[in-house]
Amino acid sequence: MTTVAEPRPTARPSAFARTRGWLRNPWGKPRFLVVFTWAYILWSIVPVLIAVQFSFNATRSRTVWDSFSTRWYWGDPVDSVWHDPSLRHALVQSFKLAGADVLIAVPLGVLLALGLARWHGRGSGTSNFIMLFPLVTPEIVMGVSLLLVFTHIFTLVHTGTLAQILGHITFSISFVVVIVRGRLFSIGRQYEEAAADLGASPIVALTRVLLPLLMPAIVASAAVVFAISADDFVISAWLSSGGSTDTVPIQIYAATRAAPLPSTNAIATIMMVSTLLIVTLGFLVWRFFTSGERRAGKATEDIGGAFNLT
Amino acid sequence: MYRRWLWPGFAFPGVLWLVLLFVVPFYAVLGVALGTVDPILFQPVPIWNPLEWNVGWLTEVINRLAPGGIWFDVGIRTVVYVALSLALCLLIGYPVAYYTARHAGRWKGLILILIILPLWISYMMRMLAWVNLLQANGYVNRFLMFTHVLSQPRDWLGGSASTVVFALVYGYIPYLILPLFASLDRIDRSHLEAARDLGASPWSAFRNVTLPLSKTGILGGAVLITLPMFGDYYTPNIVSSSPRTSMIGNQIDLYFHGGPQPTIGAALTIVLAAFLTLLMLYYMRSIHRAQRAVGAVGAL
Repeated sequence: MTTVAEPRPTARPSAFARTRGWLRNPWGKPRFLVVFTWAYILWSIVPVLIAVQFSFNATRSRTVWDSFSTRWYWGDPVDSVWHDPSLRHALVQSFKLAGADVLIAVPLGVLLALGLARWHGRGSGTSNFIMLFPLVTPEIVMGVSLLLVFTHIFTLVHTGTLAQILGHITFSISFVVVIVRGRLFSIGRQYEEAAADLGASPIVALTRVLLPLLMPAIVASAAVVFAISADDFVISAWLSSGGSTDTVPIQIYAATRAAPLPSTNAIATIMMVSTLLIVTLGFLVWRFFTSGERRAGKATEDIGGAFNLT
Repeated sequence: MYRRWLWPGFAFPGVLWLVLLFVVPFYAVLGVALGTVDPILFQPVPIWNPLEWNVGWLTEVINRLAPGGIWFDVGIRTVVYVALSLALCLLIGYPVAYYTARHAGRWKGLILILIILPLWISYMMRMLAWVNLLQANGYVNRFLMFTHVLSQPRDWLGGSASTVVFALVYGYIPYLILPLFASLDRIDRSHLEAARDLGASPWSAFRNVTLPLSKTGILGGAVLITLPMFGDYYTPNIVSSSPRTSMIGNQIDLYFHGGPQPTIGAALTIVLAAFLTLLMLYYMRSIHRAQRAVGAVGAL
């Protein structure tokens, strides 16, 4: 990209004239946009960093900084995350739901993606249509419907951990399908066909050729499923059976509406760091698997593909 | 023979799961909403046979939402909040996505990561962050008093509509920026150069080339954030918890978790879902049209 030098004005122009100057030169650096974008990034991230900072506050205040302390993580004998049973349970419950969700939703979603991409017979259109719906259904509609199905039809499943796991899997499957199917389309059919020409049965072609090629998408979808499960508030809350099945987001929600202590910030920080670690790990594994097929603009294309719902 | 059943067999468990836990649950909402209520226990009595459905509760809910009904204000407020938030999200998000796609250069990767970062941070954590900042003696009030914008602390969290809209924008904007970025990033630079060579001013090149070509991203992002915003109840609860800022989602929440009549909550859920389906069909039609228009430009 060539940058055209901006004409140097002799007299100091007004702010308006300078703004016009930026707009006039479409191939130069639009400085207003630079400032605007970085301001947006600061606005979106700094509040969270301040919340993290106050999780290390030595006093009970979340607004006035005193000094650094790990009191709200384990130091405080009553209200720290480690010693307050409701906070500790919430953390365990969140990890339990996210773990079970990854273990079940990822295999189900991978199979569904493979099936939907290769099956063109009767019923495939309807199945595809049903698969897309959970992505655009507001969580409250899904929460109400799952609550009512567990209280009126599948009454063997009471509200509580099992219902929460079933709910989380239900909203996660479609994300796995979208990610894996994107990868399936970008791989194309030629590898499978080559394997078939060399005498491999569909099952062998699948396990020896297609699955290794799908690994990056499987890893990425596992990280995404963990993140959306750990983030979920509505489904967990509607299917919760009270204190012992509250997750971290439910605790944050309840505490924020009452009078929260910095321990709320602490539990939120722990959850955030865990999610970011898992997502980073997923990203590194994904890079490792795709390192041979690197080309410019690949990542941005993948993002574009993932959002191409229609 | 097994080859014929291989792929449908792969899809079967997932499809069965979604039928049992997505389609059947929706039918459960219909059954409860169109059912009756036990006169003594006030418990909903669902009716599963569509021929016996009772539309009484549904018409009751529609009457409440109609002009003059007790939920009319809530309905209007929900639409106004969502529309305002969408407009603000676009106003803030478009320049950011535009800069990242077009001008970020070697910073593109880093900026992209920083833009995606909030998506991995729990929504509740991000709301908690602002609740801390907006306290009476929080950083926001202290900053505004330090700069003499305010002479005394403002009660941001006591039922202020602007705080709710602000929180909605803060919460949902990352979901809008990504599809916007994806559509802007796909635009071929040569289209713009052609427009400029043919004498278009930068502004008219933006208006006549970039903007129409990014329309699919605008619409896609709008779907992605407006549908969940219409069902949101936790954001207004966290940053205001006042009936003055309550949205449709809050009414549904109240009828299940506070009020005695889940039947009304279920009927309201049906009305909301029907409204959102119409909205989505409208969006899909617009996206389809925009895509066809983009196809025409691409063919040139």
